[in-house]
Amino acid sequence: MISRRDFIKKATIAAAGVSFSAASIEILTPARVHALKNDKALRWVFLVDTYKCVGCGLCVKACKNENEIPYDANVTRTWVERYVITKDGKLHADSPKGARDGFTDPRIDLGMGRTEDIKTEDIKKAFFVPKLCNQCENPPCVQVCPVGATYQAPDGVVLVDRSWCIGCGYCIMACPYGVRFFHPKHHTAEKCNFCYHRINKDMKPACVQACPFDARKIGNIKDPDDPVAKIITTERVGILKSEYGTKPQVFYIGLDEEVR
Amino acid sequence: MKNHVLRPLLVVLGLVALVLLIRPFYVPKDFGVHERGYMYGWYRQGNIEDWKKVTVKYQGSESCKDCHPDKIETLSQSPHAIIQCENCHGPALEHPSAPEKLPIDRTRGQCLRCHTKLSYPTSARAGLKGIDPGSHNPDTECVSCHNPHKPSLEGLK
Ligand code: HEC
Ligand code: HEC
Ligand code: HEC
Ligand code: HEC
Repeated sequence: MISRRDFIKKATIAAAGVSFSAASIEILTPARVHALKNDKALRWVFLVDTYKCVGCGLCVKACKNENEIPYDANVTRTWVERYVITKDGKLHADSPKGARDGFTDPRIDLGMGRTEDIKTEDIKKAFFVPKLCNQCENPPCVQVCPVGATYQAPDGVVLVDRSWCIGCGYCIMACPYGVRFFHPKHHTAEKCNFCYHRINKDMKPACVQACPFDARKIGNIKDPDDPVAKIITTERVGILKSEYGTKPQVFYIGLDEEVR
Repeated sequence: MKNHVLRPLLVVLGLVALVLLIRPFYVPKDFGVHERGYMYGWYRQGNIEDWKKVTVKYQGSESCKDCHPDKIETLSQSPHAIIQCENCHGPALEHPSAPEKLPIDRTRGQCLRCHTKLSYPTSARAGLKGIDPGSHNPDTECVSCHNPHKPSLEGLK
Protein backbone atom coordinates (compact mmCIF):
# COMPACT_ATOMS: atom_id res chain seq x y z
CA MET A 1 0.00 0.00 0.00
CA ILE A 2 1.21 3.46 -0.82
CA SER A 3 0.72 6.24 1.71
CA ARG A 4 -1.19 9.34 0.76
CA ARG A 5 1.91 11.43 1.41
CA ASP A 6 4.04 9.25 -0.89
CA PHE A 7 1.40 9.29 -3.59
CA ILE A 8 1.22 13.07 -3.69
CA LYS A 9 5.03 13.33 -3.73
CA LYS A 10 5.52 10.88 -6.60
CA ALA A 11 2.56 12.17 -8.55
CA THR A 12 3.94 15.72 -8.37
CA ILE A 13 7.38 14.60 -9.55
CA ALA A 14 5.88 12.53 -12.35
CA ALA A 15 3.63 15.37 -13.45
CA ALA A 16 6.52 17.81 -13.38
CA GLY A 17 8.65 15.36 -15.32
CA VAL A 18 6.01 14.71 -17.95
CA SER A 19 5.17 18.35 -18.46
CA PHE A 20 8.85 19.29 -18.63
CA SER A 21 9.73 16.70 -21.24
CA ALA A 22 6.58 17.50 -23.18
CA ALA A 23 7.61 21.14 -23.19
CA SER A 24 11.12 20.38 -24.38
CA ILE A 25 9.86 18.12 -27.16
CA GLU A 26 7.54 20.88 -28.26
CA ILE A 27 10.43 23.34 -28.51
CA LEU A 28 12.86 20.98 -30.14
CA THR A 29 10.65 19.46 -32.85
CA PRO A 30 13.03 19.54 -35.84
CA ALA A 31 10.31 20.72 -38.18
CA ARG A 32 9.56 23.64 -35.90
CA VAL A 33 13.22 24.55 -35.49
CA HIS A 34 13.60 24.38 -39.26
CA ALA A 35 10.55 26.54 -39.80
CA LEU A 36 11.76 29.11 -37.30
CA LYS A 37 15.23 29.13 -38.77
CA ASN A 38 14.00 29.49 -42.34
CA ASP A 39 11.59 32.15 -41.30
CA LYS A 40 14.51 34.11 -39.92
CA ALA A 41 16.72 33.59 -42.96
CA LEU A 42 15.35 36.24 -45.33
CA ARG A 43 14.10 39.79 -44.89
CA TRP A 44 14.66 42.15 -47.79
CA VAL A 45 15.81 45.67 -46.90
CA PHE A 46 16.97 48.62 -48.97
CA LEU A 47 19.69 51.20 -48.44
CA VAL A 48 19.82 54.62 -50.13
CA ASP A 49 22.91 56.82 -49.96
CA THR A 50 21.73 60.37 -50.61
CA TYR A 51 25.30 61.63 -50.75
CA LYS A 52 25.91 59.57 -53.88
CA CYS A 53 22.70 60.37 -55.75
CA VAL A 54 23.15 62.93 -58.56
CA GLY A 55 19.52 62.95 -59.66
CA CYS A 56 20.07 61.39 -63.10
CA GLY A 57 16.76 59.52 -62.84
CA LEU A 58 18.08 56.42 -64.62
CA CYS A 59 16.57 54.37 -61.77
CA VAL A 60 13.12 55.75 -62.53
CA LYS A 61 13.50 55.07 -66.25
CA ALA A 62 14.63 51.49 -65.61
CA CYS A 63 11.87 50.87 -63.06
CA LYS A 64 9.12 52.03 -65.40
CA ASN A 65 10.39 49.85 -68.23
CA GLU A 66 11.03 46.80 -66.09
CA ASN A 67 7.68 46.90 -64.32
CA GLU A 68 5.55 47.92 -67.30
CA ILE A 69 4.31 51.20 -65.90
CA PRO A 70 3.10 53.24 -68.92
CA TYR A 71 6.07 55.46 -69.66
CA ASP A 72 4.25 58.72 -70.21
CA ALA A 73 1.69 58.36 -67.42
CA ASN A 74 2.62 60.56 -64.48
CA VAL A 75 2.84 57.67 -62.02
CA THR A 76 5.89 55.69 -60.99
CA ARG A 77 6.92 53.08 -58.43
CA THR A 78 10.09 54.94 -57.54
CA TRP A 79 10.98 58.59 -57.94
CA VAL A 80 13.69 61.09 -57.01
CA GLU A 81 13.05 64.32 -55.13
CA ARG A 82 15.23 67.41 -55.26
CA TYR A 83 15.63 69.50 -52.12
CA VAL A 84 17.15 72.97 -52.34
CA ILE A 85 17.43 74.90 -49.10
CA THR A 86 18.32 78.55 -49.53
CA LYS A 87 20.18 80.77 -47.07
CA ASP A 88 16.92 82.38 -45.92
CA GLY A 89 15.94 78.94 -44.58
CA LYS A 90 13.31 78.30 -47.25
CA LEU A 91 12.82 74.85 -48.73
CA HIS A 92 12.32 74.40 -52.46
CA ALA A 93 11.52 70.86 -53.56
CA ASP A 94 10.38 69.26 -56.79
CA SER A 95 10.28 66.01 -58.71
CA PRO A 96 9.22 66.69 -62.31
CA LYS A 97 7.71 63.49 -63.80
CA GLY A 98 9.15 61.69 -60.78
CA ALA A 99 12.59 62.56 -62.25
CA ARG A 100 12.07 60.05 -65.06
CA ASP A 101 14.24 62.31 -67.23
CA GLY A 102 16.48 63.42 -64.40
CA PHE A 103 17.04 67.02 -63.34
CA THR A 104 18.22 68.90 -66.40
CA ASP A 105 17.16 72.36 -65.28
CA PRO A 106 18.52 74.40 -62.37
CA ARG A 107 15.08 75.98 -61.95
CA ILE A 108 12.62 74.41 -59.51
CA ASP A 109 9.50 72.98 -61.12
CA LEU A 110 6.39 74.38 -59.43
CA GLY A 111 3.95 72.48 -61.63
CA MET A 112 1.49 73.87 -64.20
CA GLY A 113 4.41 75.02 -66.29
CA ARG A 114 5.66 77.48 -63.68
CA THR A 115 9.25 77.48 -62.48
CA GLU A 116 11.25 79.21 -59.81
CA ASP A 117 14.73 80.61 -60.35
CA ILE A 118 17.26 80.09 -57.60
CA LYS A 119 20.63 81.83 -57.62
CA THR A 120 23.56 79.51 -57.04
CA GLU A 121 25.02 81.83 -54.40
CA ASP A 122 21.77 81.69 -52.39
CA ILE A 123 21.87 77.91 -51.96
CA LYS A 124 22.75 76.68 -48.47
CA LYS A 125 22.35 73.00 -49.21
CA ALA A 126 20.87 70.98 -52.04
CA PHE A 127 20.61 67.26 -52.63
CA PHE A 128 18.55 64.44 -54.13
CA VAL A 129 16.50 61.82 -52.31
CA PRO A 130 15.27 58.69 -54.12
CA LYS A 131 11.99 57.30 -52.81
CA LEU A 132 10.40 53.88 -53.13
CA CYS A 133 8.14 51.56 -51.15
CA ASN A 134 9.44 51.10 -47.61
CA GLN A 135 8.11 47.51 -47.35
CA CYS A 136 7.14 48.38 -43.76
CA GLU A 137 7.25 45.78 -41.04
CA ASN A 138 3.80 47.07 -39.98
CA PRO A 139 2.29 48.11 -43.32
CA PRO A 140 -0.81 50.28 -42.83
CA CYS A 141 -1.78 49.72 -46.47
CA VAL A 142 -2.21 46.01 -45.75
CA GLN A 143 -4.24 46.61 -42.59
CA VAL A 144 -6.89 48.58 -44.46
CA CYS A 145 -7.36 46.26 -47.43
CA PRO A 146 -10.92 44.95 -47.12
CA VAL A 147 -10.47 41.93 -49.40
CA GLY A 148 -6.99 40.55 -48.64
CA ALA A 149 -5.59 41.67 -51.98
CA THR A 150 -2.45 43.23 -50.53
CA TYR A 151 -0.32 41.42 -48.01
CA GLN A 152 3.14 40.93 -46.63
CA ALA A 153 5.03 37.99 -48.11
CA PRO A 154 7.11 35.87 -45.70
CA ASP A 155 10.28 37.69 -46.84
CA GLY A 156 8.82 41.06 -45.83
CA VAL A 157 7.91 42.43 -49.27
CA VAL A 158 4.40 43.86 -49.53
CA LEU A 159 2.68 42.61 -52.68
CA VAL A 160 -0.61 43.37 -54.44
CA ASP A 161 -2.76 40.60 -55.91
CA ARG A 162 -4.02 42.21 -59.12
CA SER A 163 -6.66 39.55 -59.67
CA TRP A 164 -8.10 40.12 -56.19
CA CYS A 165 -7.85 43.94 -55.88
CA ILE A 166 -11.22 45.68 -56.23
CA GLY A 167 -9.68 49.13 -56.72
CA CYS A 168 -11.24 50.76 -53.67
CA GLY A 169 -8.16 52.91 -53.06
CA TYR A 170 -8.06 52.55 -49.27
CA CYS A 171 -4.41 51.45 -49.38
CA ILE A 172 -3.47 54.46 -51.48
CA MET A 173 -4.94 56.73 -48.81
CA ALA A 174 -3.40 54.74 -45.95
CA CYS A 175 0.22 54.85 -47.11
CA PRO A 176 1.98 57.67 -45.24
CA TYR A 177 4.72 57.70 -47.88
CA GLY A 178 2.48 58.09 -50.92
CA VAL A 179 4.09 55.21 -52.80
CA ARG A 180 0.85 53.66 -54.03
CA PHE A 181 -1.16 54.62 -57.10
CA PHE A 182 -3.60 53.11 -59.56
CA HIS A 183 -2.04 51.27 -62.47
CA PRO A 184 -3.32 53.11 -65.56
CA LYS A 185 -3.89 49.84 -67.46
CA HIS A 186 -4.83 47.27 -64.82
CA HIS A 187 -6.84 49.73 -62.71
CA THR A 188 -5.61 48.05 -59.53
CA ALA A 189 -3.40 49.31 -56.72
CA GLU A 190 0.24 49.40 -57.76
CA LYS A 191 3.48 49.79 -55.83
CA CYS A 192 7.19 49.02 -55.76
CA ASN A 193 7.92 45.42 -54.74
CA PHE A 194 11.73 45.57 -54.86
CA CYS A 195 11.38 43.94 -58.35
CA TYR A 196 10.14 40.73 -56.75
CA HIS A 197 10.69 38.76 -59.97
CA ARG A 198 14.33 39.82 -60.11
CA ILE A 199 15.37 39.43 -56.48
CA ASN A 200 13.98 35.90 -56.53
CA LYS A 201 16.29 35.09 -59.46
CA ASP A 202 19.44 36.36 -57.75
CA MET A 203 19.30 39.59 -59.73
CA LYS A 204 19.25 43.10 -58.37
CA PRO A 205 16.16 45.28 -58.68
CA ALA A 206 16.15 47.25 -61.94
CA CYS A 207 16.77 50.56 -60.16
CA VAL A 208 19.73 49.16 -58.23
CA GLN A 209 21.32 47.77 -61.39
CA ALA A 210 20.67 51.00 -63.31
CA CYS A 211 22.19 53.31 -60.71
CA PRO A 212 25.70 54.26 -61.93
CA PHE A 213 26.69 55.73 -58.58
CA ASP A 214 25.82 52.91 -56.16
CA ALA A 215 23.32 55.14 -54.40
CA ARG A 216 20.82 52.27 -54.16
CA LYS A 217 21.47 48.88 -52.58
CA ILE A 218 19.38 45.90 -51.60
CA GLY A 219 20.20 43.35 -48.92
CA ASN A 220 18.99 40.76 -46.47
CA ILE A 221 18.91 42.10 -42.92
CA LYS A 222 18.79 38.55 -41.47
CA ASP A 223 22.11 37.54 -43.03
CA PRO A 224 24.91 38.72 -40.73
CA ASP A 225 27.42 38.54 -43.61
CA ASP A 226 25.37 40.71 -45.95
CA PRO A 227 27.28 43.95 -46.66
CA VAL A 228 24.09 46.02 -46.69
CA ALA A 229 22.88 44.47 -43.43
CA LYS A 230 26.27 45.33 -41.91
CA ILE A 231 25.95 48.99 -42.87
CA ILE A 232 22.39 49.21 -41.55
CA THR A 233 23.23 47.52 -38.26
CA THR A 234 26.56 49.22 -37.56
CA GLU A 235 26.39 52.66 -39.16
CA ARG A 236 24.18 55.71 -38.73
CA VAL A 237 21.15 55.39 -40.96
CA GLY A 238 17.76 57.08 -40.90
CA ILE A 239 14.23 56.12 -41.84
CA LEU A 240 11.31 58.20 -43.08
CA LYS A 241 8.41 59.21 -40.83
CA SER A 242 9.38 57.03 -37.88
CA GLU A 243 6.57 58.68 -35.86
CA TYR A 244 3.98 56.58 -37.70
CA GLY A 245 5.31 53.35 -36.19
CA THR A 246 5.26 51.58 -39.54
CA LYS A 247 8.87 50.37 -39.16
CA PRO A 248 10.00 51.16 -42.73
CA GLN A 249 12.70 48.89 -44.14
CA VAL A 250 14.26 51.38 -46.54
CA PHE A 251 17.18 53.02 -44.77
CA TYR A 252 18.84 56.29 -45.72
CA ILE A 253 22.37 57.58 -45.34
CA GLY A 254 22.54 61.37 -45.09
CA LEU A 255 18.88 62.04 -44.41
CA ASP A 256 18.08 65.70 -43.69
CA GLU A 257 15.36 66.99 -41.37
CA GLU A 258 13.73 68.68 -44.35
CA VAL A 259 13.10 65.34 -46.08
CA ARG A 260 9.55 64.16 -45.64
CA MET B 1 -50.66 38.78 -42.46
CA LYS B 2 -47.11 39.26 -41.29
CA ASN B 3 -45.80 39.09 -44.82
CA HIS B 4 -44.16 42.48 -44.63
CA VAL B 5 -41.77 41.05 -42.01
CA LEU B 6 -41.35 37.52 -43.27
CA ARG B 7 -40.85 38.26 -46.94
CA PRO B 8 -37.80 40.53 -46.61
CA LEU B 9 -36.43 38.17 -43.96
CA LEU B 10 -36.71 35.23 -46.33
CA VAL B 11 -35.03 37.25 -49.08
CA VAL B 12 -32.14 38.08 -46.76
CA LEU B 13 -31.84 34.46 -45.60
CA GLY B 14 -31.90 33.36 -49.23
CA LEU B 15 -29.10 35.80 -50.11
CA VAL B 16 -26.99 34.61 -47.18
CA ALA B 17 -27.49 31.01 -48.25
CA LEU B 18 -26.56 31.90 -51.84
CA VAL B 19 -23.34 33.64 -50.77
CA LEU B 20 -22.40 30.66 -48.59
CA LEU B 21 -23.09 28.32 -51.52
CA ILE B 22 -21.02 30.28 -54.01
CA ARG B 23 -18.15 31.05 -51.62
CA PRO B 24 -16.38 27.65 -51.75
CA PHE B 25 -16.33 27.79 -55.55
CA TYR B 26 -15.35 31.45 -55.84
CA VAL B 27 -12.63 31.74 -53.19
CA PRO B 28 -9.40 30.00 -54.28
CA LYS B 29 -8.17 27.08 -52.17
CA ASP B 30 -4.93 28.83 -51.21
CA PHE B 31 -6.69 31.95 -49.96
CA GLY B 32 -6.46 32.26 -46.23
CA VAL B 33 -4.45 33.37 -43.24
CA HIS B 34 -0.71 32.78 -43.61
CA GLU B 35 2.57 33.49 -41.77
CA ARG B 36 1.89 36.96 -40.45
CA GLY B 37 -1.61 36.31 -39.18
CA TYR B 38 -4.88 37.89 -40.14
CA MET B 39 -3.75 41.51 -40.17
CA TYR B 40 -0.79 41.23 -42.55
CA GLY B 41 -0.95 37.68 -43.89
CA TRP B 42 -4.47 37.21 -45.25
CA TYR B 43 -4.04 36.53 -48.95
CA ARG B 44 -3.97 34.16 -51.91
CA GLN B 45 -0.67 32.30 -51.70
CA GLY B 46 -0.47 31.62 -55.45
CA ASN B 47 0.00 35.34 -56.04
CA ILE B 48 3.57 35.15 -54.74
CA GLU B 49 4.41 32.78 -57.62
CA ASP B 50 2.54 35.05 -60.05
CA TRP B 51 4.85 37.92 -59.14
CA LYS B 52 7.96 35.77 -59.44
CA LYS B 53 6.94 34.92 -63.02
CA VAL B 54 7.08 38.51 -64.33
CA THR B 55 9.57 38.65 -67.22
CA VAL B 56 12.96 40.22 -66.65
CA LYS B 57 13.71 43.03 -69.11
CA TYR B 58 17.06 44.47 -68.07
CA GLN B 59 19.79 41.86 -68.51
CA GLY B 60 22.82 43.82 -67.31
CA SER B 61 26.02 44.85 -69.12
CA GLU B 62 27.60 41.46 -68.38
CA SER B 63 25.23 39.88 -70.90
CA CYS B 64 26.50 42.03 -73.80
CA LYS B 65 30.07 40.82 -73.32
CA ASP B 66 30.01 37.89 -75.77
CA CYS B 67 28.64 39.79 -78.77
CA HIS B 68 29.83 43.36 -78.28
CA PRO B 69 33.24 42.84 -76.66
CA ASP B 70 34.67 45.91 -78.40
CA LYS B 71 32.06 48.17 -76.81
CA ILE B 72 32.58 46.64 -73.37
CA GLU B 73 36.32 47.09 -73.77
CA THR B 74 36.09 50.74 -74.85
CA LEU B 75 33.55 51.66 -72.23
CA SER B 76 35.42 49.95 -69.40
CA GLN B 77 38.36 52.31 -69.91
CA SER B 78 36.28 55.47 -69.94
CA PRO B 79 34.74 57.56 -67.18
CA HIS B 80 31.38 56.22 -68.42
CA ALA B 81 32.29 52.68 -67.32
CA ILE B 82 29.91 53.05 -64.39
CA ILE B 83 26.91 53.43 -66.74
CA GLN B 84 24.99 50.30 -67.73
CA CYS B 85 24.70 49.78 -71.51
CA GLU B 86 20.94 49.44 -71.16
CA ASN B 87 20.65 52.87 -69.56
CA CYS B 88 21.40 54.31 -73.01
CA HIS B 89 20.13 51.50 -75.23
CA GLY B 90 16.96 50.46 -73.41
CA PRO B 91 16.10 47.10 -71.89
CA ALA B 92 17.68 44.19 -73.80
CA LEU B 93 14.66 41.87 -73.37
CA GLU B 94 15.46 38.87 -75.65
CA HIS B 95 17.91 40.81 -77.86
CA PRO B 96 19.25 39.82 -80.38
CA SER B 97 16.33 37.48 -81.15
CA ALA B 98 13.69 40.04 -80.15
CA PRO B 99 14.35 42.86 -80.70
CA GLU B 100 17.05 42.29 -83.33
CA LYS B 101 18.61 45.66 -82.68
CA LEU B 102 18.50 47.76 -79.58
CA PRO B 103 17.60 51.43 -79.95
CA ILE B 104 20.24 54.13 -79.68
CA ASP B 105 19.34 57.14 -77.57
CA ARG B 106 21.11 60.13 -79.12
CA THR B 107 19.02 62.82 -77.43
CA ARG B 108 20.70 65.64 -75.56
CA GLY B 109 18.40 64.91 -72.63
CA GLN B 110 20.05 61.55 -72.09
CA CYS B 111 23.42 63.24 -71.48
CA LEU B 112 22.00 66.22 -69.63
CA ARG B 113 20.68 63.91 -66.88
CA CYS B 114 24.19 63.98 -65.50
CA HIS B 115 25.87 66.90 -67.27
CA THR B 116 23.55 69.87 -66.72
CA LYS B 117 25.58 71.99 -64.38
CA LEU B 118 24.00 72.03 -60.93
CA SER B 119 26.33 73.49 -58.31
CA TYR B 120 24.78 71.76 -55.35
CA PRO B 121 26.80 71.65 -52.16
CA THR B 122 26.26 68.42 -50.18
CA SER B 123 25.49 66.49 -53.37
CA ALA B 124 27.75 64.41 -55.62
CA ARG B 125 26.15 66.21 -58.56
CA ALA B 126 28.46 69.18 -58.02
CA GLY B 127 31.43 66.87 -58.68
CA LEU B 128 30.31 65.90 -62.20
CA LYS B 129 31.57 67.88 -65.16
CA GLY B 130 28.69 70.16 -65.98
CA ILE B 131 27.73 72.38 -68.89
CA ASP B 132 24.99 74.92 -69.41
CA PRO B 133 22.69 73.28 -71.99
CA GLY B 134 21.51 76.68 -73.17
CA SER B 135 24.97 77.84 -74.24
CA HIS B 136 26.98 74.63 -74.85
CA ASN B 137 26.36 74.04 -78.57
CA PRO B 138 22.58 74.09 -78.35
CA ASP B 139 20.47 72.22 -80.93
CA THR B 140 23.31 69.82 -81.77
CA GLU B 141 23.37 66.23 -80.54
CA CYS B 142 26.08 65.79 -77.93
CA VAL B 143 27.26 62.59 -79.62
CA SER B 144 28.11 64.42 -82.84
CA CYS B 145 31.12 65.81 -80.94
CA HIS B 146 31.54 63.49 -77.95
CA ASN B 147 31.88 59.71 -78.12
CA PRO B 148 29.39 58.34 -75.60
CA HIS B 149 31.46 55.17 -75.09
CA LYS B 150 34.69 57.10 -74.66
CA PRO B 151 33.92 60.69 -73.77
CA SER B 152 37.48 61.94 -73.79
CA LEU B 153 38.05 65.66 -74.12
CA GLU B 154 41.35 65.03 -75.90
CA GLY B 155 41.32 66.18 -79.48
CA LEU B 156 38.46 68.58 -78.83
CA LYS B 157 39.61 72.14 -78.97
C1 HEC C 1 23.91 36.99 -78.82
C2 HEC C 1 24.66 38.16 -79.24
C3 HEC C 1 24.23 39.51 -78.73
C4 HEC C 1 24.09 39.91 -77.42
C5 HEC C 1 24.21 39.09 -76.15
C6 HEC C 1 23.82 41.32 -77.47
N1 HEC C 1 23.77 41.76 -78.76
FE1 HEC C 1 23.43 43.65 -79.41
N2 HEC C 1 23.39 43.04 -81.30
C7 HEC C 1 23.66 41.75 -81.74
C8 HEC C 1 23.46 41.69 -83.17
C9 HEC C 1 23.67 40.44 -84.02
C10 HEC C 1 23.07 42.99 -83.60
C11 HEC C 1 22.75 43.46 -84.99
C12 HEC C 1 24.01 44.01 -85.56
C13 HEC C 1 23.77 44.78 -86.79
O1 HEC C 1 22.83 44.50 -87.51
O2 HEC C 1 24.56 45.69 -87.01
C14 HEC C 1 23.05 43.81 -82.39
C15 HEC C 1 22.73 45.16 -82.40
C16 HEC C 1 22.82 45.97 -81.28
C17 HEC C 1 22.62 47.40 -81.28
C18 HEC C 1 22.26 48.26 -82.48
C19 HEC C 1 23.47 48.56 -83.30
C20 HEC C 1 23.14 49.41 -84.48
O3 HEC C 1 24.04 49.62 -85.25
O4 HEC C 1 22.00 49.85 -84.62
C21 HEC C 1 22.79 47.84 -80.01
C22 HEC C 1 22.70 49.26 -79.52
C23 HEC C 1 23.10 46.68 -79.21
N3 HEC C 1 23.10 45.56 -80.01
C24 HEC C 1 23.33 46.71 -77.85
C25 HEC C 1 23.43 45.58 -77.06
C26 HEC C 1 23.47 45.62 -75.63
C27 HEC C 1 23.42 46.88 -74.79
C28 HEC C 1 23.55 44.34 -75.21
C29 HEC C 1 23.60 43.83 -73.76
C30 HEC C 1 22.45 44.17 -72.94
C31 HEC C 1 23.57 43.48 -76.36
N4 HEC C 1 23.49 44.27 -77.48
C32 HEC C 1 23.65 42.10 -76.33
C33 HEC C 1 24.04 40.70 -80.93
C34 HEC C 1 24.01 40.68 -79.56
C1 HEC D 1 26.15 57.08 -72.16
C2 HEC D 1 25.27 56.31 -72.98
C3 HEC D 1 25.77 55.00 -73.59
C4 HEC D 1 26.27 53.91 -72.93
C5 HEC D 1 26.52 53.76 -71.44
C6 HEC D 1 26.50 52.90 -73.94
N1 HEC D 1 26.17 53.37 -75.15
FE1 HEC D 1 26.29 52.37 -76.92
N2 HEC D 1 25.80 54.05 -77.91
C7 HEC D 1 25.41 55.23 -77.34
C8 HEC D 1 25.14 56.19 -78.39
C9 HEC D 1 24.68 57.63 -78.17
C10 HEC D 1 25.44 55.55 -79.61
C11 HEC D 1 25.40 56.16 -81.00
C12 HEC D 1 26.78 56.65 -81.30
C13 HEC D 1 26.85 57.47 -82.56
O1 HEC D 1 25.85 57.73 -83.17
O2 HEC D 1 27.97 57.84 -82.88
C14 HEC D 1 25.82 54.18 -79.27
C15 HEC D 1 26.13 53.21 -80.19
C16 HEC D 1 26.24 51.85 -79.89
C17 HEC D 1 26.27 50.76 -80.86
C18 HEC D 1 26.12 50.82 -82.36
C19 HEC D 1 26.92 51.81 -83.07
C20 HEC D 1 28.38 51.53 -83.11
O3 HEC D 1 29.13 52.43 -82.76
O4 HEC D 1 28.77 50.45 -83.51
C21 HEC D 1 26.40 49.60 -80.14
C22 HEC D 1 26.49 48.20 -80.69
C23 HEC D 1 26.47 49.97 -78.74
N3 HEC D 1 26.36 51.33 -78.64
C24 HEC D 1 26.61 49.07 -77.73
C25 HEC D 1 26.81 49.43 -76.41
C26 HEC D 1 27.19 48.51 -75.38
C27 HEC D 1 27.38 47.01 -75.55
C28 HEC D 1 27.32 49.23 -74.24
C29 HEC D 1 27.75 48.75 -72.86
C30 HEC D 1 29.07 48.20 -72.78
C31 HEC D 1 27.00 50.60 -74.56
N4 HEC D 1 26.72 50.68 -75.88
C32 HEC D 1 26.96 51.64 -73.64
C33 HEC D 1 25.26 55.49 -75.99
C34 HEC D 1 25.71 54.66 -74.99
C1 HEC E 1 24.89 58.54 -65.48
C2 HEC E 1 25.48 59.81 -65.64
C3 HEC E 1 26.08 60.16 -66.99
C4 HEC E 1 25.44 60.20 -68.19
C5 HEC E 1 23.99 59.83 -68.51
C6 HEC E 1 26.41 60.69 -69.13
N1 HEC E 1 27.59 60.93 -68.49
FE1 HEC E 1 29.23 61.78 -69.30
N2 HEC E 1 30.23 61.54 -67.54
C7 HEC E 1 29.71 60.99 -66.42
C8 HEC E 1 30.75 60.86 -65.44
C9 HEC E 1 30.58 60.29 -64.03
C10 HEC E 1 31.91 61.35 -66.02
C11 HEC E 1 33.30 61.36 -65.38
C12 HEC E 1 33.92 62.69 -65.34
C13 HEC E 1 33.22 63.64 -64.46
O1 HEC E 1 32.29 64.31 -64.93
O2 HEC E 1 33.60 63.77 -63.31
C14 HEC E 1 31.55 61.81 -67.35
C15 HEC E 1 32.40 62.43 -68.23
C16 HEC E 1 32.02 62.95 -69.44
C17 HEC E 1 32.83 63.81 -70.28
C18 HEC E 1 34.20 64.35 -69.95
C19 HEC E 1 35.22 63.27 -70.22
C20 HEC E 1 36.60 63.66 -69.71
O3 HEC E 1 37.54 63.01 -70.15
O4 HEC E 1 36.71 64.55 -68.87
C21 HEC E 1 32.10 64.09 -71.41
C22 HEC E 1 32.53 64.93 -72.59
C23 HEC E 1 30.86 63.39 -71.27
N3 HEC E 1 30.84 62.71 -70.08
C24 HEC E 1 29.87 63.40 -72.22
C25 HEC E 1 28.69 62.69 -72.12
C26 HEC E 1 27.74 62.54 -73.21
C27 HEC E 1 27.92 63.07 -74.60
C28 HEC E 1 26.70 61.82 -72.71
C29 HEC E 1 25.46 61.36 -73.46
C30 HEC E 1 25.66 60.36 -74.47
C31 HEC E 1 26.99 61.55 -71.32
N4 HEC E 1 28.22 62.09 -71.00
C32 HEC E 1 26.12 60.90 -70.46
C33 HEC E 1 28.41 60.62 -66.21
C34 HEC E 1 27.44 60.59 -67.19
C1 HEC F 1 29.76 71.13 -81.46
C2 HEC F 1 30.40 70.11 -80.67
C3 HEC F 1 29.87 69.86 -79.27
C4 HEC F 1 28.60 69.50 -78.92
C5 HEC F 1 27.37 69.34 -79.83
C6 HEC F 1 28.62 69.28 -77.52
N1 HEC F 1 29.88 69.51 -77.01
FE1 HEC F 1 30.49 69.21 -75.13
N2 HEC F 1 32.31 69.95 -75.54
C7 HEC F 1 32.72 70.29 -76.81
C8 HEC F 1 34.10 70.79 -76.73
C9 HEC F 1 34.93 71.28 -77.90
C10 HEC F 1 34.47 70.69 -75.37
C11 HEC F 1 35.81 71.04 -74.73
C12 HEC F 1 36.02 72.51 -74.58
C13 HEC F 1 35.06 73.12 -73.64
O1 HEC F 1 35.13 72.86 -72.45
O2 HEC F 1 34.17 73.85 -74.10
C14 HEC F 1 33.33 70.15 -74.66
C15 HEC F 1 33.30 69.91 -73.29
C16 HEC F 1 32.29 69.20 -72.67
C17 HEC F 1 32.32 68.75 -71.30
C18 HEC F 1 33.44 68.96 -70.32
C19 HEC F 1 33.27 70.26 -69.64
C20 HEC F 1 34.35 70.48 -68.61
O3 HEC F 1 34.02 71.08 -67.61
O4 HEC F 1 35.48 70.06 -68.84
C21 HEC F 1 31.16 68.12 -71.06
C22 HEC F 1 30.71 67.46 -69.74
C23 HEC F 1 30.39 68.18 -72.26
N3 HEC F 1 31.10 68.85 -73.21
C24 HEC F 1 29.14 67.63 -72.39
C25 HEC F 1 28.34 67.85 -73.51
C26 HEC F 1 26.94 67.50 -73.54
C27 HEC F 1 26.18 66.81 -72.41
C28 HEC F 1 26.48 67.85 -74.75
C29 HEC F 1 25.06 67.73 -75.28
C30 HEC F 1 24.05 68.37 -74.45
C31 HEC F 1 27.59 68.42 -75.48
N4 HEC F 1 28.69 68.43 -74.67
C32 HEC F 1 27.52 68.88 -76.80
C33 HEC F 1 31.99 70.20 -77.98
C34 HEC F 1 30.66 69.87 -78.06
